[in-house]
Amino acid sequence: MKQTFYERLGESVCRETLPNGLEICVVPKPGYTKKYAFFAVRYGGMDTRFQLGGRWLDTPAGIAHYLEHKMFDTKEGNALQELAKNGAEPNAFTANAMTGYYFDSTDHFEENLKILLSFVSVPYFTEESVAKEQGIIGQEIRMIEDNPDWQIYTRMLQALYQASPIRTSIAGTVESISHITAETLYHCHRAFYTPSNMILTVVGDVDPVHVADIARRILPREGGPVIPRDYGEEPEEVALRETSLAMEVSCPQFLTGYKCSPAREDYLRVALLGGMACDILLGDSSPLYHRLYDRGLINASFGGEFEMLPGAAYLYAGGDSKDARAVTAEIQREAERIAGEGVDEAFYQQVRRAAFGSSLRGMNSFENIAVSLTEGYFNGYDPFRFPQVFDTITRADVAAFLGENLREDRRVLSEITPR
Amino acid sequence: MEVTRTKLAEGMYLTCLPAQKFKTSLLSAQFVTPLRRETVSSCALLPALLRRGTVSCPDMESLSARLDRLYGARLDCTVRKKAENQCVGFVVSLIDDRFVPGGEKLLEPAAELLGELICSPVTERGRFVESYFESEKTNLIDAIRSILNDKRDYADSRLLREMCAGEPYGVPRLGEEADAERVQLQKLYAQYQELISTARLEVFYSGSAPRARVEQAVRAALASLPRREAAGIARHRPHPARTEVLRVEEVLDVTQGKLGMGFACGSEDYTALLMGNTLFGGSSNSKLFMNVREKLSLCYYASSLYHRQKGLITVSSGIEFQNCRKAYDEILAQLAAVQRGSLEDWELEGARSTLLNAYASMGDSQGKLENFYLGQVAAGQQETPEELAEQVRQVTKERICRAMETVRLDTVYFLRGEEAVE
Repeated sequence: MKQTFYERLGESVCRETLPNGLEICVVPKPGYTKKYAFFAVRYGGMDTRFQLGGRWLDTPAGIAHYLEHKMFDTKEGNALQELAKNGAEPNAFTANAMTGYYFDSTDHFEENLKILLSFVSVPYFTEESVAKEQGIIGQEIRMIEDNPDWQIYTRMLQALYQASPIRTSIAGTVESISHITAETLYHCHRAFYTPSNMILTVVGDVDPVHVADIARRILPREGGPVIPRDYGEEPEEVALRETSLAMEVSCPQFLTGYKCSPAREDYLRVALLGGMACDILLGDSSPLYHRLYDRGLINASFGGEFEMLPGAAYLYAGGDSKDARAVTAEIQREAERIAGEGVDEAFYQQVRRAAFGSSLRGMNSFENIAVSLTEGYFNGYDPFRFPQVFDTITRADVAAFLGENLREDRRVLSEITPR
Repeated sequence: MEVTRTKLAEGMYLTCLPAQKFKTSLLSAQFVTPLRRETVSSCALLPALLRRGTVSCPDMESLSARLDRLYGARLDCTVRKKAENQCVGFVVSLIDDRFVPGGEKLLEPAAELLGELICSPVTERGRFVESYFESEKTNLIDAIRSILNDKRDYADSRLLREMCAGEPYGVPRLGEEADAERVQLQKLYAQYQELISTARLEVFYSGSAPRARVEQAVRAALASLPRREAAGIARHRPHPARTEVLRVEEVLDVTQGKLGMGFACGSEDYTALLMGNTLFGGSSNSKLFMNVREKLSLCYYASSLYHRQKGLITVSSGIEFQNCRKAYDEILAQLAAVQRGSLEDWELEGARSTLLNAYASMGDSQGKLENFYLGQVAAGQQETPEELAEQVRQVTKERICRAMETVRLDTVYFLRGEEAVE
């Protein structure tokens, strides 16, 4: 395996690509008791339309998430229980562009790793077991539908995008999942769950060579073809300027989102630049934040982020507020001011320092390490190079980013109001 | 890893959790006081109010700049309920000295800032700044109201409030809206002085610095703290058994129903109850998960929680309104199964491994360690995670059944939607 040492982070990563195309990353963590394995496939909620065997398939919304639930079923029983018997804490999640299966354990790590690799690579569904899951996932959907944070975020994405499949809920709807059958699940598994479309990351005090050996023994010898996916033609314009929903909540909440240009190259640099722009514009240390807080327009729930997904990028901010319109207008004005006047040098250095510290803090979390290595692999960059990439970003870049991306005509507002 | 606890002054202790492996170090200062309706909201307000400014950094902007210069040190205000105590204070997380470019030391300036936040708030005419007070009081009231937004948390909290009404354990960590409304600027400064001089103060450190250096930094930072005899912390008081089950139903505009069930535990065999709860609903191998979710497909989540410090078990579940009775019966049937010892070896060993895994990996997270040791001191207990793990290894099936037989249904809470018909 090839080992890279990252001096500024005090961290190293061992990497290998198996002949079947599987990428393996091991981050050795001496001194830790816990070992964490994350097995991910480049397939998520937005991959509903794709080509398999020369034919375009349209699959129901929510199918990647449904598949994630059903993967735990094995011919012998259920992998969740097998892992839990060994004291492991297993779980899985489905995001827009990936599905990840993971566990952490202190004992029986190798045995647990074998279980993980095997249940994710060998599907076992019956019509009966697929039908039974409708009740469980139906309740999961009901639960998130009652969640204002989910509603406000999903509705913001639906306002920002006209065609992109990130508009559809990852879990689908009670109606859409009713069309899912064992056969469609098998199709999706065959298309996407191939070693060449997957990555295994292990974090902990383990022998990297041994991890690669186990993967070689358990997983299929062959990779799979590249599967073309259709994300639609997304115009530059937003779908809807404003959206509002009344719910059983205590106070009004809002999110404002800006549709940004998707990154064509330098993915990591764009991600870090967008994050910096967000901190400078409206982070905890920004003049805008303090001004709004002092006026009682925002509280500690306020925050913002820059997100990138295949074919999409957006910057958003929000929280509780009695006057969302005043806050969004202030954000717009401040972005235009910074774009025009530039960023103050001392403030820029201060925020850069803080951004480095908080990225480093994120590396305490095994899950965070594994997810960022996975995202990096799927998008063609090395996330552990963030200190070097930070060095290339200037305050002029930040001002230019805000000028290009925080355009009033690309802005939407999503609100939740109390009943 | 040698954990040490040192007395620094009257009622003031420093717990050092040395570790080399983290990217960060953690410094926490927590005031521990008995949970009381009369003081809960004023104590909950203090960290947020103190965080608005100190004499040397009198506004958020200068305070944020100072944190940024410490490489993005994170300063969190914390308000936690531990046993029947309320713990309020600050947790500072800063990158470990090894990763600071140029060999700058961050522990001492971070401790100094923590000391200023506690001892030297910005004031006007012997009171807290009125505009800061008003805005943080509003934020506190909003935070109390916003518990409604997450229906699972809301239902869990409603169950505890009903079950332990009249007991300190039934008081929410921030207080109720009416408690927060009563907090007055005129009295708060005196309450603050009382708190910092008499309440038990627990300081925690996790990171690579040697204990002597930490102790020196903390002593220097808190040198101006006027300590008198400590007021003491609340001791364990069991929940008085109810003769008849209390049943509460609430209607809100929701699409999913929430069923909460509270149980009182008569046994004092904590380890057996902890294991019993894990078997009942504490893991993805538990009876509740396997039956209410996997076998009957009634829900996405149905789990139970053992409140060791109060001798309670609570069950939390999200279901269709019309399935309430079905879920209720199944939950009780699964409890009965644990009580009569209908437990397979793999269930028993799985539950044991789940708990051992949790104890063993605790040392891998600074946040979990701090939270665990704070819980221990607030409950007046001394065991380390290793000692608790040893107790879990020793517990037998017979002991589990005996302890679980004392578990009695006490309170049922059901949240349903407006259109649902019984």
